[in-house]
Amino acid sequence: MNRALITVSDLSLYHGRRLVLERVNLAIQPGEIVTIVGPNGSGKTSLLKCLIGAEPPSAGSVRRKPGLKVGYVPQKLHLDPAFPINAARFLRLAGASRSRRTEIVEMLGIGGIMNHQMAALSGGQLQRLLLAHALIGKPELLVLDEAAQGLDQPSVAAFYQRIEHVRQELGCAILMVSHDLHVVMSASDRVVCLNGHVCCEGTPTVVSEAPEYRRLFGFGTEGALALYRHTHDHRHDHGDTPDHADAG
Amino acid sequence: MPDDFLLRVGLAAAGIAVVSGPLGCFVLWRRMVFFGDTISHAALLGVALALALSLPVLLGVLLAATGVSTLILLSGDRFHHTDTLLGVAAHSALAMGLVAVSLPGGGNVDLMRYLIGDILAVDWRDLAVIWSGVLICGGVLIWRWQGLLMSSLDREMALAHGRNPRREGLLFTIALAVLVAVAIKVVGALLITALLIIPAATGRLLAASPERMAVLAAATGAGSALLGLSGSFRFDTPAGPSIVVAAVVLLVVAGLLRRILPIE
Repeated sequence: MNRALITVSDLSLYHGRRLVLERVNLAIQPGEIVTIVGPNGSGKTSLLKCLIGAEPPSAGSVRRKPGLKVGYVPQKLHLDPAFPINAARFLRLAGASRSRRTEIVEMLGIGGIMNHQMAALSGGQLQRLLLAHALIGKPELLVLDEAAQGLDQPSVAAFYQRIEHVRQELGCAILMVSHDLHVVMSASDRVVCLNGHVCCEGTPTVVSEAPEYRRLFGFGTEGALALYRHTHDHRHDHGDTPDHADAG
Repeated sequence: MPDDFLLRVGLAAAGIAVVSGPLGCFVLWRRMVFFGDTISHAALLGVALALALSLPVLLGVLLAATGVSTLILLSGDRFHHTDTLLGVAAHSALAMGLVAVSLPGGGNVDLMRYLIGDILAVDWRDLAVIWSGVLICGGVLIWRWQGLLMSSLDREMALAHGRNPRREGLLFTIALAVLVAVAIKVVGALLITALLIIPAATGRLLAASPERMAVLAAATGAGSALLGLSGSFRFDTPAGPSIVVAAVVLLVVAGLLRRILPIE
């Protein structure tokens, strides 16, 4: 009885002779929120690419539920200035009916930018538009690659709340990747720490009421952020520092 | 000057420009301007090889252009940027072509004819070849339009939507090779890239959507073909370069229009 949307078994990936991912195991169940954290170069983006089928693994397997619908929000869009396209046309690229598009546009509150050229959108607007684009096809799994990068903390909190809202409304599973090792979305059901291999896995600690938390994150994040405590159960051969020592 | 001569020349130039405009939009969006150069240089190698082996020139060009471009798409390593590979391919193809024609048995043809083209020599058979190519390229563009747009925007996003960006890229490259193969005799290898990028750049200045940009590029391409040809007859200038000059004039006019008109 395997209900998982995606099951990754003993996945290894080489880029040339460099081992990027080593025997990674991961399964994503319907409706759950999984956050993958890891320092730069830890293979997070490569893992995402393997999951959506953009990169074949060197060893191991990625099993997707047959007919699985995935929505993907890229880290950023490398939109060439020679590409004239407004937000409405961009959403039409995702297909689906007009009523479905209207529904998602209203849910994310981006009706006002539909006639704007994509190149003229602010970072936050573009991100909501990319999210809308990913949601239009009714995905069972929404994949977000460093979606909160470049946002200030209140915006990150607002974004996480929006994602949580999306899950409540649409019931899709969410897989997000973040380079922030310690502050994660509090609604995450699981946090997986990646550094070439899965270092540790756990649940975020919700400490939103603690005064230390208030000092660290200020007010106004309304509990959208949480801390993740890493549990080091192993050390690496190549040095005497624990896995996360250099990750700040 | 018989009337059907003018008709032939006009139809040949306009046909190429109508499809090079929209194809050129993707060349700009996918940042492949240098790739266009590489394909046309490879085409010249194809001409040389075809003549040396007594094969049809069209076949030689098609094979060389698709061969070299597929090689570039598939090769690539971590030490060289694609630009470098394109530069190596473009110039080595050109050099090998020049060497090949000068060898004994190389036919010793005048490659210059294929460098700048000779539209005035177009006969009805050439015209049929050109328009077959135009229909093939146009068909591929219309058939793959959504997928091409999506994979030009973002490869991973296209994949997640069930598209196959690699296949779209390959189809697009083949369309480019077909265009170059049918156009080389008319505009020449040196100026094909100009017909790809200049009308597309003009379209960009006046368009707010990808579709409008493509249509405007086709229209300005055809316009510059006819303008350039009539200029070439009047002032007795070479046809290919005259068409490109006309395209640049239209680009400048579009730039001025953009300053005057309120365009999004």
